[in-house]
Amino acid sequence: MKPLIMPFALILAATTAQACETVTLGDLTIEHAWSKATIGADRPAVFYVEISNRGATDDALVGISTPAAGMPMLHETVVKDGVASMPHSMTIPVPAGQAVQLAPGGYHGMLMGLSAALKAGDRFPMTLTFEKAGKVTVNVDVLPLRAEGPDCLDAGQ
Amino acid sequence: MLGRRAVILGLGGAIGAVAFMLGLGAWRTRNQPALNAVLPMPLSMMGWQMTDQRGQSVRPADWSGRPVIAFFGFTWCPDVCPTTLSDISGWLEELGPDADRLTVALISVDPDRDSPQVLGEYLANFDPRIIGLTGAPDQIARAAAEFRVTYRKVPRDGGDYTMDHTAGVFLFYADGRFASIIDFHEDRRFAVPKIQRILK
Repeated sequence: MKPLIMPFALILAATTAQACETVTLGDLTIEHAWSKATIGADRPAVFYVEISNRGATDDALVGISTPAAGMPMLHETVVKDGVASMPHSMTIPVPAGQAVQLAPGGYHGMLMGLSAALKAGDRFPMTLTFEKAGKVTVNVDVLPLRAEGPDCLDAGQ
Repeated sequence: MLGRRAVILGLGGAIGAVAFMLGLGAWRTRNQPALNAVLPMPLSMMGWQMTDQRGQSVRPADWSGRPVIAFFGFTWCPDVCPTTLSDISGWLEELGPDADRLTVALISVDPDRDSPQVLGEYLANFDPRIIGLTGAPDQIARAAAEFRVTYRKVPRDGGDYTMDHTAGVFLFYADGRFASIIDFHEDRRFAVPKIQRILK
């Protein structure tokens, strides 16, 4: 079994380690930026990320932009009476001393108007605009459509 | 002695009459699907007809004898549907070979875009035991009504649209009786035991 497991473990490490980059902007830490592969360029893609605010001032994510998509928007999946909808979020609060996750089933970026299909292993830049801290660009790693998130040693999930 | 017998006979007669009325009521409403306005109907009483990702016609009767996992979604859905499909793929793997006895189906609420081919291409990314169903809009509507599911087209800028839809996963016993729902935000630890219950 061992000779089989080793290459598999290496591939896993190579494909998942990427979304583990950490970027800081003032008191904000941005990490685990990832997306899922798409079938073709017509379907919307997603964008997930974790933002923590170590400062004493509330901030908010107010916009995202990327060369990978013509119309990126912030959305929130809301399940009310068992029915899921995805209202547009104008801003996502990042309160002082707290962390916010854009994660499956909750807040997420919805990337419409893709310039090309996203394939697992691809990487594209995403600029996040915060109400107070300003702009920062992070690398987004595209994981398989089935992925549930990046496997980082430090992942707080 | 006689008085007692009369009472017993009288009671028996009354019980018989009540049972007859109940039976008559059940018989007269046997074709009315409104068993419960909130919970899905038994699969054996559903009447939809859809097409699977390989182009085969599927009716509820085709699922008879196998426990069923069914949920509604669409392939243009960026967050909820791939998350549900990933969850279900994980549950099926956790269940192991037992999961081969299940029928697992994604029912599209977006038949305009989800052709059988599109469903097949999409589902190739998840556990191969998950099938996809699509079909004529009236049959999707019928299935949704029978599962007590709602869905709604939501227009977006530029002529695009998305779909709001019931996100729960429905479980049925092998005889078609509705068993339970796995809610979208339910703790994953409860999902597999719920599925094991319909496999018994």
